[in-house]
Amino acid sequence: MSGGAWTRERILALGFVLPALAWTLVFFVAPFGFMVAMSLWRRAGAELVRDWSLVNYLGFLARPHFVEGLLNSIEIAAIVTAASVALAYPLAWFIAARVPAGWQRIALALAIVPFWTSYVVRSYAWTLVLSNKGVVNEWLTSAGLISEPLQLSSTRFATVTGFVHFFVMLSTLTIFANLKQLSPNYARAAADLGAGGFQTFRLVVLPLTLPGIMVGGFLSFALCLGDYITPQILGGNNELVLPQIIMLQLGRRADFPMASALSIILMLTVTLAYLACARWLKLERA
Amino acid sequence: MELRKAGIFFAAVSMTATAAAEATESLNALVWCDHTDPALIEPFEREHDVRVNLKEYEGTGTALAIVDQSRPGDWDVFVIDGVDVPRAVDAGLLAPLPADELPTENLFPELVMPENHTRDGVTYAISEKFGYNTISYNRDNVDPADMTDMSVIWGDKYSGRIAVYDYYLPIIGMVALGLGINTAEISASDLPAIRDKLFEMKDNSKQVGEVVSSQTAIATGEVDVLVGGGEWVTAGLTTELPELDWVVPEQGGVRWSQSIGVFAESEKKELALEFVKYILSPEGQARLATSSCYWAMPANMAAAEHLSDAQRAALRWNSQPDYLARSQLYPAPDIELDAMMQDVWTEFLQR
Repeated sequence: MSGGAWTRERILALGFVLPALAWTLVFFVAPFGFMVAMSLWRRAGAELVRDWSLVNYLGFLARPHFVEGLLNSIEIAAIVTAASVALAYPLAWFIAARVPAGWQRIALALAIVPFWTSYVVRSYAWTLVLSNKGVVNEWLTSAGLISEPLQLSSTRFATVTGFVHFFVMLSTLTIFANLKQLSPNYARAAADLGAGGFQTFRLVVLPLTLPGIMVGGFLSFALCLGDYITPQILGGNNELVLPQIIMLQLGRRADFPMASALSIILMLTVTLAYLACARWLKLERA
Repeated sequence: MELRKAGIFFAAVSMTATAAAEATESLNALVWCDHTDPALIEPFEREHDVRVNLKEYEGTGTALAIVDQSRPGDWDVFVIDGVDVPRAVDAGLLAPLPADELPTENLFPELVMPENHTRDGVTYAISEKFGYNTISYNRDNVDPADMTDMSVIWGDKYSGRIAVYDYYLPIIGMVALGLGINTAEISASDLPAIRDKLFEMKDNSKQVGEVVSSQTAIATGEVDVLVGGGEWVTAGLTTELPELDWVVPEQGGVRWSQSIGVFAESEKKELALEFVKYILSPEGQARLATSSCYWAMPANMAAAEHLSDAQRAALRWNSQPDYLARSQLYPAPDIELDAMMQDVWTEFLQR
C-alpha cells in the first residue's frame, strides 16, 4: 500500500468518523466541560459567581441529607440490579433453551411489552397496584391473609418494584443474547466429562454468560442511579435519592452550580461502577 | 403553589400551541397549568385572531431560569406567584401596566396587594386567582372538629393517614401559624422550632407528594388528611366525592395568589395587555377559576355572575370574607432565608 493510498484511506476513515466525533464533542464533551465548570462556580443570592472553588462539593459533604441521598441511590440501584438479574436470568434461559426457535421472537416481544408503555404511566399504574385499596392488598384481604392493608405504596419497596419491572426486561435481553451465542458443545463437553446439570451451569454456563449479566446489570445500575421519575412517583418522598435532590436544586432554587456538582458526583459513582465491572463489559465478549 | 403549575398535566413542561393555528399573530405566555385550558384560551384567540403559545413552568426559580435563557422579546405574558412579583420587578422583568385600564376596584380588597404589585406608584402586575393551603380531609373518616386545630397536622391521632403537599413555603407557613408565628415574620431563629414540628409531621405522614399524588391519595382513600390542601384539591371533585372537605383552622390558613403581568422586553405589549385584561374580565375570571387543571377563587368579584350556584358553593364564595380575614400570605423570605427553608425542607423529605 502506497503512502498516498494510505493517506486517502485515512482521510476517508476520518470522514466516516467525523460526524460521530463532532456529535460527541458538541453534545457530550462540550456540555460536560461546561457542567464541570458550572460545578466549580457558585450561586450567591440570585447571582452566578464565576469564582473557581470546591464550595459546592464541600456543601454536599456538609449536608448529611445530601450524602444520605447518594447512599439511598446506591442502595436502591444495587438492590434493583441484583433483583433484576436474578429474575431475568431464568427467564432468558427459559426463552433461549426451552422455547422453540420459531417462538423465541414472540416470547422476547412479550417479555419487552412493558417497554411499549409510557414510563410515567407505568409508574402511576404501580401506585394503583400497591395502594391500600390496590390489587395486592385487596387480594390479600379477600384471601383472609391480612386484616389491615400492608403499607406497600410510598415506600422503598414500591420504588424497587417499579424499577425491577422495567429492568428485568433489559437484563433479559442482554442475557438472552449471551446465551444464544453460547455453543451447546460446551454443555455437551461438560457432560462428557461427568458434570451434572447444576455443575455444568455453575462451572461452565454461568461464567460464560457473565458478560451478558454484567452488561445488563451495569445498564440497570447506571439507569436506576440516575432515575428521577420512579422514586418521585412511587417513593412518596419518604426518602430522597440524589436525582431528586438535584431536581430540588434546579426547580426551586435555580442553583445550577450545586446541581452540576451533584450531577458530577453521580457520574463519578457510575464511573466507579463501570470500573468495577469493566473486565466483563468488553463488547466483543458480550 | 409551585408544583400546581405542573398540575394535572404531569407531563414535562411543554410549549403548547392552542387552537387558531392559522392565526396571523402569536403571543407567548409563561404560565401555570390552569391557563392551558382551551376553554379559557380559545375565546381570546378567536376574538383577537391570535395564537397563544403557553409554556407551563414549575416554580418561580424555574421561570426565572427560563427567562434568563431566552432572548429578549421571547415572552409576552408572565403568570407568577403573588409573593414573587417584587423579585420580578427587581429583576426588571415586568413592564408598567396602565392601572386605570385594570379592574382593580372589583378585586377582593385583600388581593389588591399594592406592596407586591406596585413600585413608586407604578403598577407592574395584578392578582388573578387565589386560594388557600390549609387542611383537606375525608369527612367520613376523620372527626371534622379535629381539623379545625392546626396541631392535628403534627399530632399522631391520624398517623399514617396524612399526606403532605410537597411545597415548602405554604407548609412551613402552616406550621408557623400553628406555632403562633405570622407568616410574614418568620425568621431564621424560628426555623429550629418549625423544623421540629415538620419532623413530627413527617413521622406521622404517609407520603409527601406533588399535586397529582396528593389529589390521588385523598381521592382514592389512601390517606384521609391532606396538609396543604384546600379548594384547589377538592372543589373540582365535589360532585364525585362530596365527602371531601377542607377547612381554614382556628389558627388561620396560608393564602396563595397568582398574579399576571407583561414582560418588559415584550414586543407585543398592547396585545399582551389585552390578554391580561381578558383574564381579569368577569368571563375570563370565571373560566380561570374553574380551569380543568385546578379550581380556585377568581380575584375579580365580578366573576360571580358568570359562575353557577354549584360552582360558587364549591369555591366557598360566601365564606371568603371570613377566610380572607383569617388567612395570611405565603411566607416571602429573602434569598438567604429561602435557602435555609429549602434546606430544612430537604431534610424533612429525607427523614
